[in-house]
Amino acid sequence: MMPKLNASNAVAALMCAALILLPVYSAATGNIFILTLFTRITIYALAAASLNLIMGYGGMMSFGHAAYLGIGGYAVGILAAEGIGSGFIQWPVALAVSALFALLIGSLSLRTRGVYFIMITLAFAQMAYYVASALSRYGGDDGLTVYKRSDFAGLINLSDRTQFYYLCLACLFGGLYLIWRIVNSRFGLVVQGVRSNEQRMQAIGFHANRYRLVCFVIAGTICGLAGALLANNTDFVSPAVMYWTRSGDLMVMVILGGMGSLFGPVVGAIVYLLLEELLSQFTEYSGLILGPVLLLIVLFARGGIMGLLGRMRRG
Amino acid sequence: MYLVVEQLLNGLQFGLLLFLLAAGLTLVFGIMDFVNLAHGSLYMMGAYFAATFVAWTGSFVLGALMALGATLLLGIVLEYVALRHLYGRDHLDQVLATFGLILFFNDAVRLIWGPAGLALPLPAWLTVPVQIIPGVYYPAYRLMIIAVALAVAAMLYLVVMRTRVGMLIRAGASNREMIGALGINIKLLFTLVFGLGAALAGLAGLMQAPILTVQIGMGENILILAFVIIVIGGIGSIRGAFMAAIFVGIIDTMGRAFLPDLLRKVLSGAAASTAAPALSSMLIYLLMAIILVLRPEGLFPAAKR
Amino acid sequence: MAEALLRVDNLVRRYGGITATDNLSMEVVAGELHAIIGPNGAGKTTLISQLTGQVMPNSGTIRFAGRDVTGLPSYKRSRLGLARSFQITSLLKDFSAIDNVALAAQAHDGHSFRFWGNARKERQLRATARAALERVGLGKRADIVVSQLSHGEQRELELAVALATKPQLLLLDEPMAGLGVTESARMVALLKELRKEVTIVLVEHDMEAVFALADRITVLVYGRVIACDVPDAIRKDEEVKRAYLGEQHAVTRHG
Repeated sequence: MMPKLNASNAVAALMCAALILLPVYSAATGNIFILTLFTRITIYALAAASLNLIMGYGGMMSFGHAAYLGIGGYAVGILAAEGIGSGFIQWPVALAVSALFALLIGSLSLRTRGVYFIMITLAFAQMAYYVASALSRYGGDDGLTVYKRSDFAGLINLSDRTQFYYLCLACLFGGLYLIWRIVNSRFGLVVQGVRSNEQRMQAIGFHANRYRLVCFVIAGTICGLAGALLANNTDFVSPAVMYWTRSGDLMVMVILGGMGSLFGPVVGAIVYLLLEELLSQFTEYSGLILGPVLLLIVLFARGGIMGLLGRMRRG
Repeated sequence: MYLVVEQLLNGLQFGLLLFLLAAGLTLVFGIMDFVNLAHGSLYMMGAYFAATFVAWTGSFVLGALMALGATLLLGIVLEYVALRHLYGRDHLDQVLATFGLILFFNDAVRLIWGPAGLALPLPAWLTVPVQIIPGVYYPAYRLMIIAVALAVAAMLYLVVMRTRVGMLIRAGASNREMIGALGINIKLLFTLVFGLGAALAGLAGLMQAPILTVQIGMGENILILAFVIIVIGGIGSIRGAFMAAIFVGIIDTMGRAFLPDLLRKVLSGAAASTAAPALSSMLIYLLMAIILVLRPEGLFPAAKR
Repeated sequence: MAEALLRVDNLVRRYGGITATDNLSMEVVAGELHAIIGPNGAGKTTLISQLTGQVMPNSGTIRFAGRDVTGLPSYKRSRLGLARSFQITSLLKDFSAIDNVALAAQAHDGHSFRFWGNARKERQLRATARAALERVGLGKRADIVVSQLSHGEQRELELAVALATKPQLLLLDEPMAGLGVTESARMVALLKELRKEVTIVLVEHDMEAVFALADRITVLVYGRVIACDVPDAIRKDEEVKRAYLGEQHAVTRHG
């Protein structure tokens, strides 16, 4: 299927091109800062995209998604602290632990609906937060410094700024491609059908919760990958990445960009983090502007930025 | 034994404080179907207002009353300017908008009062310990919190159960369309309920202020506890919120006080000192998760919505 | 008479103090169109919901195609060949008409844990869906989003969705509800065609349609069966007249 040329697709294409060419710009101008900033943005974009899979397509409003950022990060950090520096071990462990956690809390949480689901996912993330705070061997409240980035046997050097950026970007694009395939697959249609009308889906023969749970686990695993990247990016992981306001940040990115749109979370992450960064350049009090901007977006731009672009096309 | 009594009272006091916060949240949620994450910010504003006004007037009571009025006003303005446009919208829109308000209030406070926390000193007459049963002394201020919160709870109960406005509130919590059909000025009712909720949050904040430091972000942790309470107590139910709040307050306080010793009996010293703080912080969330797994609609399911 | 396709024995369902289904027994024979009528509140929708598994009975048994299905969840019954349409239209509103039907076809084509291929390009699913849409006269409206379809079209789509699961038994809960005169006539014509292929249980208020279509009619009052017979006998039944038809005499005289 050839994608149609419209405002949202044009923005998505431009955005991808700009992300790919960014290191060139950074090298040409010597602006290293922008590269570090966008490394962080791509990682959060991946996390937000995974949240969008369950929230936008699956209708599961998880308020605990940042837990996987922490779990993926701690998997890398703890293994590194114990002397296991190979990324070939660290990363699969990060993914597997995230998947297991998602399986556990998903199978319990999916018994509830609506606000109760929001609250129970939040509760589980808070528990993960307090467990991490109690890991005194691994820094406890203060967090854990990752002294050496994941080692991929010379295949790729994560300490090289440009290489690490491209790795993050590749993970983001890979994640988006995976989500795009899933969303259009048989499985994806079932998940979206359940979001739309669960009773109907049961009546035509689908065991709705089984599909929901698998979707929940996939999203958690992808976010675990973002967590592993984040720990490498900051050389540090702390319980704070799992606090409920971090989950709130991820939700904001998804809603801001446009739920249920493939590139929405990416746009959301870019706009949110860029705005935060830009505002902090000339005011200490970025929240004074960022907060009301969020409020205005909710009041006047339903469906997020991608929704706004979609409406522009129709005039 | 005395320690248990003291901790029980601490738990009761904390629970009552949580009730003040949860009551407004559950009313706003139950009646307007509005998820207000900024409720914790109103709690914080109550504390900051109190610290400022008490310092200004030199009188604790006068300052506290002024702070109460200020939070009430702030709540009404907030509702009138922004939040009323979000009723009937998706919960997620409300989460996003009120999350924005948290960011706004945190930085507004930083701008006005600076990043360092404030202290709200108690007047001398509230710092004396009172002998409650022979041999057991308890701080007068904490007793006052218990008394004030109980009085507010009783008043709230009377208003909700006995007055015409209360009847509308109850009707609204169980069946939102109905009050619309009755031709009541809903907008005014909603503004009033929101203002009331804000004032209660402010009251909780200003009463908590002398016990903890007044600081940015103080509303965020306690907001989540308040949400836990309304989920356990059943959304929209004042009585449910009251019972759940006391329950949560006591469990949380007792857990923090006695869990470490309890664990030390079972585990080795090092393991216990690692596990205890985490476990006691987690206790409430664990409890809610268990309740929701067993009763997916909460302990006291609200009326059909 | 052939062995019953659906057999309900001593079914009871209470809601608080109200007994919505009161020790109810009935049989549906393969190949017939069996109508269930009764005044408002007789428990017709509750009965259908128990047959399909959305509501569980307090006691009693439901046997379908020789198998006890009383405790089975709805998705499993659907796979055995029990399909329903809803009284209040219940479709995937933000999906196109053909996606609604294709999902039903997909549900009966093995599990759906396939994560890669584009499901909208699977020929066989699309063909099944298109055929079902053609069958109910919606062939030209396949790509329209459900929320843009008229009420009548949505009722027809409900039927197409049910058909796409290739059911042995089709439970229709007031398919005529809210339809205009022409739309109703189209629906009756459509049901006349469908009954040749599949066993149908029809819950309907439109007496004219019921008496025109049904092989047998079960009359429900307060959750109890007060009569079950061919239409002519039902028309003459004194108890039915007293309990129910009396109030709607004007309608039945034409039928």
